[in-house]
Amino acid sequence: MPFILRRLVFYLVTAWVALTINFFIPRAMPGNAVQSIMSKFPNLQPAAYRALEALLGVGHPGSIWSQYTSYLDDIFHFNFGTDVSQYPASVSSLLGQTLPWTVTLVGTATVIAFLIGTGLGILAGWRHGGSLDRVLPGLMFLQAIPYFFFALILLELFASKFHVFPLGQGYAQGLIPGWHWDFISSAVYHSLLPALTIVLTSIAGWMLTMRNVMITTVGEDYVIAAQAKGLPNRRVIYTYAARNALLPQLQGFGLAVGFVVQGALVMEIVFSYPGIGLLLLNAVSSNDYPLMQAIFLVITFAVLLANLIVDVIVVFADPRARTREATL
Amino acid sequence: MTAVLPISAEPAALPQEETRPGRWRRMPAKAKAGATLLGVFVLAGIIGPLVTPYDPSFQNPAPSLSLHAPDSAHLLGTTQSGQDVLSQLLVGIRLTLELAFIVGVVATAMAVIVGVTAAFLGGVWDEVLSLLTNVFLVIPALPLLIVLLGYLQTKGQAATILVLTLLGWPWGARVIRAQTLAIRNRDFVAASRETGEKTWRIIAFEIIPNEVSLIAASFVNTVLYAIGASVALAFIGVADLTSWSLGTMLYWAESQQALQLGAWWWFVPPGLAVALIGTALVLLNTGIDELGNPRLRDAARTSRISGRWLPPAEPTPVLTEAFQRRGRLAGILHSFSRSSLLDENNGGQAR
Repeated sequence: MPFILRRLVFYLVTAWVALTINFFIPRAMPGNAVQSIMSKFPNLQPAAYRALEALLGVGHPGSIWSQYTSYLDDIFHFNFGTDVSQYPASVSSLLGQTLPWTVTLVGTATVIAFLIGTGLGILAGWRHGGSLDRVLPGLMFLQAIPYFFFALILLELFASKFHVFPLGQGYAQGLIPGWHWDFISSAVYHSLLPALTIVLTSIAGWMLTMRNVMITTVGEDYVIAAQAKGLPNRRVIYTYAARNALLPQLQGFGLAVGFVVQGALVMEIVFSYPGIGLLLLNAVSSNDYPLMQAIFLVITFAVLLANLIVDVIVVFADPRARTREATL
Repeated sequence: MTAVLPISAEPAALPQEETRPGRWRRMPAKAKAGATLLGVFVLAGIIGPLVTPYDPSFQNPAPSLSLHAPDSAHLLGTTQSGQDVLSQLLVGIRLTLELAFIVGVVATAMAVIVGVTAAFLGGVWDEVLSLLTNVFLVIPALPLLIVLLGYLQTKGQAATILVLTLLGWPWGARVIRAQTLAIRNRDFVAASRETGEKTWRIIAFEIIPNEVSLIAASFVNTVLYAIGASVALAFIGVADLTSWSLGTMLYWAESQQALQLGAWWWFVPPGLAVALIGTALVLLNTGIDELGNPRLRDAARTSRISGRWLPPAEPTPVLTEAFQRRGRLAGILHSFSRSSLLDENNGGQAR
């Protein structure tokens, strides 16, 4: 079984576990979620009430098994039900509006941070004990700052004090989203500070892991042999050491993406960025359980997809993943 | 280290010249810095709540004390409703550290139990537990935490601790399982098995003592996760907002627009405290890492020969022997994990 197929099966299992957890949470928790939603939104239609009951498993919507199958059926058709806090809007349309913002921002910023961090890590690992090692504690401090707090500080400095960047939102007020220059330039301008937050806070993590792998790799015999042959340093660093040190780094990327996404969700709140994190905050503050659950699923699937993409890259980067059969 | 000495440029720096430094002095510098910084905060958490100048919830009605900048009466200023920020901070450090410590202890204990059990029982148990560990490692915790806490009607400290613990064990379990698999096959374990030791005795007296640094690292990581997650949760508003933790302080500062009002003394101290505690833990963890892997240590001890840094000698390859004994089904299941790619590489090097 090829590597990529095995990983695919694993992600399918994980997705199924997430779906199942999502199904059982409202049914296992104490209290009546439908009642608390209805008390907050008294003018919901009876149809919405029945849909909520079916979704959260309150009342007598049938056996657990039939509930479960119809739940899975709904999910496969991207039918997350109707939203209660922004009533006639469907949950999937809300997700469709916010998801592109988050994916673009977090995706771009993460790739940039990964590239810069890995590059710095290569240098720091090669010149172990050099000047780059001395800035490590500072980078660790940056890494330890919660994303949202760092966002607050950047906002205070660059938006409130110096007015270099806007005070949040995804684009200037009055613009109509669409594929025209005004909107795109405004969106890019508004996303610079959030992106800077992600890049600065996550760079240290990439750098530290890459440095550590690199230090170990530089000590390997084949690297010493390459140096002994008199190859130029550039070639030894990039073709011999860094190329091999990059594999564990790539493999760690998948897991780390989850952390970055979580941090970015909370950060969006600070910037009032119109992404999925802000939607999540609204869902939390209005007890909108169906929306919260849909967001959980969507984020989980996004992280799984990111992992799968990393695996595809690993297959290209690592010949072992292509040639080796499963160890049966 | 001895392997390096003969070719070292300066054989003068032999160990007997040193006046046998104490255990503390032999620790890596990063670990010392981290432990000191963390100690300051732990001390603040223990003593702080006893010496708070004001009741953190007391709202001073005097209009002059609303959003008052720091002065001698209020060292860190006041909030919009006239509450003393320093008092809130001291109580908040206590509550946040308390929560993180409990989560760290319980989740690490779970990680040890799951990891050691999986590695020792092997077979179907190992497969199921490893799969479970990997699945929960990939599922992003924060959205799940929010959904879980959203449904819990009482969002008190206990609920947060419970839910954080429930999702905090997989990372540790995975590392500890790998290490246990490695140690399990070594001679001293085989010897004690031959002498008829019971399994629990082997686990408690042969395996666990050899994993102390790994368990410590796992604990530090879990505490780090618990602080980050609890602060983020409180910031979103999924927490007991009547109590004072570093997260709820930030929540109130944000929701009452401390930033827009220019009240930096309100939102900087709690965030800075979180960041410093986090830095201390990261430093501590890096230090623990260096204890286990001498190559990562500061280059002060490496010697430089003809322009090239010479790293200290190879560490004992314990982890590299991690995945060797594996049944048929376990092999299939393990091959699902991405770490399986690394195995062959390491196995090849170790031989």
